[in-house]
Amino acid sequence: MMEIGLNHYLVLSTILFTIGLIGVMRRKNLLLLFFATEILLNAVNVGFAAISHYYGDLTGQMFAFFVIAIAASELAVGLGLLIVWHKRHGTIDLDTMTSMRG
Amino acid sequence: MFEAVAFYLFAFLTITMFYITVTTSQALYALSALAAGMIFISAFFFILGADFLGAVQIIVYTGAVMALYAFGMMFFDTTREVKENHGNQYIVVGLGTLAAILVVVIFAVPMVSTNMQAFYPMTEGAGNTEMVGMVLFTKYLVPFEVAALMLLVAMVAGIVLAGKKMDLSLTLMNAEEIQEIEDQKNKKVLS
Repeated sequence: MMEIGLNHYLVLSTILFTIGLIGVMRRKNLLLLFFATEILLNAVNVGFAAISHYYGDLTGQMFAFFVIAIAASELAVGLGLLIVWHKRHGTIDLDTMTSMRG
Repeated sequence: MFEAVAFYLFAFLTITMFYITVTTSQALYALSALAAGMIFISAFFFILGADFLGAVQIIVYTGAVMALYAFGMMFFDTTREVKENHGNQYIVVGLGTLAAILVVVIFAVPMVSTNMQAFYPMTEGAGNTEMVGMVLFTKYLVPFEVAALMLLVAMVAGIVLAGKKMDLSLTLMNAEEIQEIEDQKNKKVLS
C-alpha cells in the first residue's frame, strides 16, 4: 500500500483514460470534445513516464515529448478549423455537422 | 512514505479535476479545471524523476495550449449552457472503462511477459535534462526534426485559418469574390 509501484501508475492512467473516453462519448460541443482528447493524451503520458522510470529507460519520456508536440499541433489546426466552421454556421455542435449525410 | 502521500493526493486531485472537465455544463469551468488538471499531472512527472518532462508539461499545456483555448473561446458563445449527449449512461461508462483497460493491457502484457531490457538506459551521474538531451539529439534526432516541421506546418495552418483580416476569409469566399479582391489590388498597383 505504501510502496508505489508501476501498477499504481498504470491504474491511474487507466482511470484518466476512462474519464477522457467518457468525455469523448457524451460531449456534443466540439470545444469540450477537444478538452476530452487532451485528457486522453495526458493519461497516456503518465503511463509512458511511469514505465520510463520503473524500467530505467528513456524511450518512454521521448514518446511523451512527441505526444505533447502532436497535441499542440493538433490543437492549433483544430481550433483554426473550428473558428472557420463557427464563422460559417454560427454553431460548433456536432449535431449540426450533417452536411455529408447520404 | 512521502512518495505515497504525494501520489495519492495528486491522483485524487487529477481525477477530480478531469471529472469536472468532462461533466460540467459550463465551458469556462471545464477550461479552468483542465488547466488545473494539467498542472497536477506534471506533479507525477516530478515524482517519477522526469523533471524536464514536468517543466515541458507546465510550459506547453498551461502556457500555450490553455492560452490558445482561451483565445479560441472568445470566438464562440461560451456563456450559454452546453448541450450534451444524454444517451444510456451505463453503456457510455462501460464502453469507456472496457476500452481503457484494453488499451493498457495491450501495452502492458508484452512488457510483463517478456523480460524487457532497457533500450536506452539511464546514464550514471547525469541529471534528467542532460540524459534527455543526450538521447533526444542522438537516437531521436530525425523524429525531433520531423516534429519541428510538423509544428511549423501547424502554425502556418493556424495562421491561415484564423489569422488577420477576420472580416474577410479566403476559405469562405467563392472564386468570383476572390477574383474581385485580386482585381482591386491590381488596380491600386497600376494607378
